[in-house]
Amino acid sequence: MSRFVPNGPAQREKMLRAIGAAKFEDLLEPVPEKFRLKEKLQLPEPLSEFELTCEFEEFARKNTGADLVCFMGAGAYDHFIPAAADHILLRSEFYTAYTPYQAEVSQGTLQAIFEYQTMIARLTGMDMANASMYDGASAAAEACLMAMRITRKQKILVAGSLNPGWLEVIRTYLKRDDFEISEIPYLDDGTLDLAIASELIKDGAAAAILVQYPNYFGLIEDLQPVADLIHEHKGLFIVAADPVALPLLRSPGDAGADIVAGEGQSMGIPMSYGGPYIGFMAARMKLARKMPGRIIGRTTDRAGQTGYVLTLQTREQHIRRNKATSNICSNQALMALANVIYLSLMGEKGFREISSQCYHKSHYLEKKLLEIPGVSRIFGNTPFFREFAISFPVSSIELRDRMIEHGFLAGIPVVELGEGAMLVTVTEKRTRDEIDRYIGAAAQVCRGGSA
Amino acid sequence: MKTVFELSSPGRMGVSLPELDVPAAPDLPAGLSRGSEGKTGLPEATEGQVLRHYVNLSTMNHHVDKGMYPLGSCTMKYNPKLHENLARIRGLSGIHPLVPPALAAGSLELMYRLGEFLCEITGFEGVSLQPAAGAQGEFCGLMLIKSYHESRGEPNRNEILMPDSAHGTNPATATLADCIVVGVESNEFGLVDPDDLRRKVGPNTAAFMLTNPNTLGLFESRIEELTSIVHEAGGLNYMDGANMNALLGIAKPGEMGFDVCHLNLHKTFSTPHGGGGPGSGPVACIEELAAFLPDPAVILEDDGGYKLCRKQNSFGRLLAFHANTGVLYKAYAYIRTLGAAGLREVSEIALINANYLKAKLGDYFDNPFDNGPCMHEFVLSGDRQAEQGVKTLDIAKRLLDYGFHAPTVYFPLIVHEALMIEPTETESLEDLDSFIEAMISIAEEAEEKPYLVTDAPVNTPVLRLDEVKAVKDLCIVEPVRSVGQAPGEGENL
Repeated sequence: MSRFVPNGPAQREKMLRAIGAAKFEDLLEPVPEKFRLKEKLQLPEPLSEFELTCEFEEFARKNTGADLVCFMGAGAYDHFIPAAADHILLRSEFYTAYTPYQAEVSQGTLQAIFEYQTMIARLTGMDMANASMYDGASAAAEACLMAMRITRKQKILVAGSLNPGWLEVIRTYLKRDDFEISEIPYLDDGTLDLAIASELIKDGAAAAILVQYPNYFGLIEDLQPVADLIHEHKGLFIVAADPVALPLLRSPGDAGADIVAGEGQSMGIPMSYGGPYIGFMAARMKLARKMPGRIIGRTTDRAGQTGYVLTLQTREQHIRRNKATSNICSNQALMALANVIYLSLMGEKGFREISSQCYHKSHYLEKKLLEIPGVSRIFGNTPFFREFAISFPVSSIELRDRMIEHGFLAGIPVVELGEGAMLVTVTEKRTRDEIDRYIGAAAQVCRGGSA
Repeated sequence: MKTVFELSSPGRMGVSLPELDVPAAPDLPAGLSRGSEGKTGLPEATEGQVLRHYVNLSTMNHHVDKGMYPLGSCTMKYNPKLHENLARIRGLSGIHPLVPPALAAGSLELMYRLGEFLCEITGFEGVSLQPAAGAQGEFCGLMLIKSYHESRGEPNRNEILMPDSAHGTNPATATLADCIVVGVESNEFGLVDPDDLRRKVGPNTAAFMLTNPNTLGLFESRIEELTSIVHEAGGLNYMDGANMNALLGIAKPGEMGFDVCHLNLHKTFSTPHGGGGPGSGPVACIEELAAFLPDPAVILEDDGGYKLCRKQNSFGRLLAFHANTGVLYKAYAYIRTLGAAGLREVSEIALINANYLKAKLGDYFDNPFDNGPCMHEFVLSGDRQAEQGVKTLDIAKRLLDYGFHAPTVYFPLIVHEALMIEPTETESLEDLDSFIEAMISIAEEAEEKPYLVTDAPVNTPVLRLDEVKAVKDLCIVEPVRSVGQAPGEGENL
């Protein structure tokens, strides 16, 4: 008997008698004899709680990358998480609850997600947000599908400076003969080529333009002209926004976005080798009924008290089935809770401070790296946030590998920008000492010195 | 309860952050900036205030650690506490997804081994751990099937057959995958009618999508005949693994003629539901489909190292990174804790618990498909109570008063006033008996004092909520009026 199953031989016997079965196998009568397994599954022998902990510690030890100082980003970031956040996430009231189908006993989850929707709407400058999607990339893909449903057009224009992993996800979700995705190239300064965009959009066939903000290279696009262009051609403007940048940047809503999708991992969620993360999705109120995913709404109970429920459910798969706005059912609710606690703790000033430190620290590193002979900018003076593409005089793959010996995850090689091109990220967690040591090590590698 | 925004007062902070220790860079150009006065509208509160707020909110939730959660097809079993600790070990939680594979050897080894376990449990050869939830697993499965037909020069195959008892995600996924839904009827026993399936298959059949045990909690006894009909018509068979908790060590989908299935790690493999997610929906499949699995796959190299590789004919990718990895850690821990005998015990007791409830409740509620043993769940009908003016929704709400979560209601659609009950193996006989007592008590109330049921719930943090009003007077974000809020934010609501 495992420690999870309370009904042992005594209870089994009693229950089988009540059922009217002589033995357990009688309950398998509907399973054809030939499909009933005759042999035990081939799995390793069970481990005790203590043994399993040791095995996991061994797995953790083998993840040597977790001990290095992280200057990597490209969609996953090493940000500080206040200790208080996990104390809420570890409350079984939250993490062992199901989707809040029975609202009267789910007010905790429902109100927290209502608050989450509010925070996402305010950060992005939009009217409303849903209760979460799987991750930023799938949220962006769903945003494209949503725009196509609304405009009844079948073409999406995507900025070429979008995270390539996200583009792959969008291509998967939009993989149909009648759907078209066109990439808008970027200029030498790394920002969207508006002239080509104007050409591509002329036929009026585009449902939307999707621009990442800041883009894959950390560069801050001027959104307004793109918004004006797509609106002129009766399409929607989708912005894939990084929430950590938003306290500093003009909000996508203010700049004309119709739908904003993005990744919320930076707000209180560990990197955890790729997940679970959270996609967010915000939009103008008039588009709310076309949105995928769950949405929480405020209402009243029979006594007139305020309460919260899942709302606009006729968009969803369990009601609308093949006509639903999406097939999404489970989302990333607990991660939305992580976001809302993180943002509540950070608050107006704290989150702005995080954003500001990412900005200043990344600029400090970039400026110092440029002092190393042979290191140069790739995109000129274009403003950037937290992340920048820079060219080293050595192969970026070699640099990455050599920097590991110095204790650094130096960044992500982007060979399509050149052999020495690297995408480097600096979050608020990186201290001046770490940054200075990074510079020293990078200079040494560039000079051809050894560790 | 007040919202977190109403706790806000200018100047309060819930964190302490280090001072900026590098020289400041020049400000952003004005046109790109939110401006120094540009507020985000986040609340300003202390750590203690924030904690108290969310702790108070948490007490308004029903949850597995508090009481039984017999929500059919959701498998609300106990979530082992150790697993929360394991997933939080720094070496596993603090690692960037794009590090070179050699630096993430522990996570990759765990993922590889989990993949092997899932193949053994399901009887398949290929696996992807990437899908973030069951619905994304379904999408993955249908993309594999489409890729397979295309590779064989049959891109016309775009019809997905499914019974009328299917989960809503099945038809929604078919649409997402650019396929057409073809309904197959159930017979008087609640099982797929093979004759109707025979009538519906054809040269455009891409796949037959079936939950087994089905959503009535019944094993599709003629499964071999069903899967053969589809194969003979050139289609493939997809198993929705939502109900896999009935089959661990009992039977393998791969041996019943299924070609691909997804698993819900957040159901069968004990990872917590988190109030609606994160889940994880790995997909396992036959060798012929494995070449199309999404990027990336974990492979074991000759030198014993693990690597992430791109399958040559992969249909693409579903998430920016590998998977809901933190969820995979917990599922791995579960399988390692139980082993083969423990997993078999899970399904055996899940079946016994469900059949026990079915036997004990049969005198009080209608059971339209009671033709023998059920698997891990069963579906009652509230028709008898509806005649007294007490609807299934009322019964569900009254159960909340008795301290239980409600069963899944009004699903599957083929049962009138449906109550779908799944106790899981982690409920004790004593707790099952309490649930039975509550259900009987409600059945009696429905006859004698129906207002007790129709007025329910009364013992919950709020009374019955007005869902119609929520849609009509739509309020899905907090309007801006709290202290400390910048003017202009959100006023267009």
